[in-house]
Amino acid sequence: MPDDKHIPALRMVDVSKIFARKTLDEVKALDGVSLDINEGDYICMIGSNGSGKSTCLNVIAGVFPPERGGKILIKDNDVTNLPEYQHAKYVGRVWQDPSVGTCARLTIEENLSMAVLRGRTRGLHKAVSKSRRTSFKEALEPLGMGLENRLTAPVGTLSGGQRQALSLIMATITRPVVLLLDEHVAALDPKTAQIVMELTDMVVHRDNITALMVTHNMEIALRYGSRLVMMHKGKCIFDVAGARKAGLTIPDLMKAFEKEAGEMLHDDSTLLVSAAG
Amino acid sequence: MDSVVNALTVSLYEGLVFGLLSIGLFMTFRVLDFPDLTMEGSFPLGGAVAATLIARGGLNPLLATLVALFAGAAAGAVTGLLNTKLRITALLSGLIVMVGLYSVNLNIMSGANISLLRENTIFKMVGNALNISGIWLSIVVAAIAAAIFFFILRWFLQTEIGLALRASGNNEQMVRGMGADTNKNIVITTAIANALVATAGALIAQNQGFSDVGMGIGVVVVGLAAVIIGEALFRPRTITQILLAAFGGTFIYRLFITVALRVGMPPQDLRLVTAALVVLALAIPFARKKLAGEWLPPATRS
Ligand SMILES: Nc1ncnc2c1ncn2[C@@H]1O[C@H](COP(=O)(O)OP(=O)(O)OP(=O)(O)O)[C@@H](O)[C@H]1O
Ligand SMILES: [Mg+2]
Repeated sequence: MPDDKHIPALRMVDVSKIFARKTLDEVKALDGVSLDINEGDYICMIGSNGSGKSTCLNVIAGVFPPERGGKILIKDNDVTNLPEYQHAKYVGRVWQDPSVGTCARLTIEENLSMAVLRGRTRGLHKAVSKSRRTSFKEALEPLGMGLENRLTAPVGTLSGGQRQALSLIMATITRPVVLLLDEHVAALDPKTAQIVMELTDMVVHRDNITALMVTHNMEIALRYGSRLVMMHKGKCIFDVAGARKAGLTIPDLMKAFEKEAGEMLHDDSTLLVSAAG
Repeated sequence: MDSVVNALTVSLYEGLVFGLLSIGLFMTFRVLDFPDLTMEGSFPLGGAVAATLIARGGLNPLLATLVALFAGAAAGAVTGLLNTKLRITALLSGLIVMVGLYSVNLNIMSGANISLLRENTIFKMVGNALNISGIWLSIVVAAIAAAIFFFILRWFLQTEIGLALRASGNNEQMVRGMGADTNKNIVITTAIANALVATAGALIAQNQGFSDVGMGIGVVVVGLAAVIIGEALFRPRTITQILLAAFGGTFIYRLFITVALRVGMPPQDLRLVTAALVVLALAIPFARKKLAGEWLPPATRS
């Protein structure tokens, strides 16, 4: 048996995804992507609109399978053709839209009860038990939003930022092998986005979570994370980590993009939006 | 005075027994957001199965009712499977099973109806044991059945599985993201809902002394009216309140209909009055907000 540490948390091997196959609208959203995500990686993924970032996350989460020949291994388990709900055992997710990650009609504690059972068999035990309630309070306190005092409030009564922070806790309360974040602060106002981003960074570091975070914001991509991956036309065109990632600047990114994509960048705002968002 | 008491007691019995049907409807329409028409067929299915087993098979009425419950669950499961395995829309899946059940019910009874007048029923069993009869006997039996299902469902909907069912109707994406199989949840819920409806059918057939293939006509509208009235009047939030509101709504709906008939409403206007009642109940929350000067969002289809 190889040492657990040497197995990547996630391996994508030659993963492609074609939409609207054999029609005029055929799109190759992913084009032979191979990517290893190691335990403890904190990856920021950037790329222009339609470059395949969300598709990449969706394939990892099992929303749809990749084309034949591609493989997804999570901790050496082949999950390529398993349904989405079976990927959930390994994958925690926060979506862009605050209403997707949580159930508006259920209370905060009921939402968290759904989350603590991610990847486990659900039974006939009481969903919200006393001991769970205590652990929910502990999990919510660090957010500093007072949600720990509103456990029985329906989630529909929370603000977008509060719902996104709750989604984050829900995705991480049972430690995922990989945490997927798809522009999870893009739908929030700049100030709330900043708060939720800081919370994300805090949780990822505190729990030493392996994370793959898509962002449109180059400043976020440079400031946060230990590795940076750039997507373009369904391919991974740039991948840096460690000291090289830490030393990156926006001009470096533009240069890398021009070189790898072989295209001129007329205006950074058209492809890699650096404004808040 | 007597007629007031009589109207109240009859409505109480009907509120309790049709309350089971309302809760079944609530499970699919509200909890799962699955407009399920199966119940127009599973309601008479419950009556047909129980009546046939009692009258032709000489089975113990309690056991016969239990078999009716499972028959309803099976019918509901078929609807759920059509929807999840064959991807047939919810509305169409229920419609298909409802249509098919009409023939199934005729076959079970080998005819359009079965009389239970001379047979043993749950009501007669309880009546003999407690030495009561008439409307109070009906109420006692209905209350026992209502209480049993109330406590089971109140417990079940707060278990881990029950919570996943409730979440499935609200946000399927999140439920799958949390590792629960939404397809399985749909089948479980349609099965439970129609089990309740069939049980109501089995009890009502035993109380009225016959089962008829046409007894399911309109039950969806009636159940919907009851659920909507319950929601509008009681504005329930917790599971306990929601279940009680379904019984309460059914009682009030039945009371209204009973009184309307007694003060001389021609029976042919029954459906029209039901329709008007549903509109009225739907208008209450709207009017409440409007009167309070609240801003109202533009109309949507849901
Ligand atoms: N379900 C789908 N059906 C058809 N085409 C799709 C589907 N999902 C994505 N696509 C197409 O695949 C390509 C990649 O889309 P994807 O959503 O992965 O891009 P993205 O990098 O996340 O872009 P953005 O930054 O705008 O979110 C796009 O051309 C898109 O139109
Ligand atoms: Mg995207």
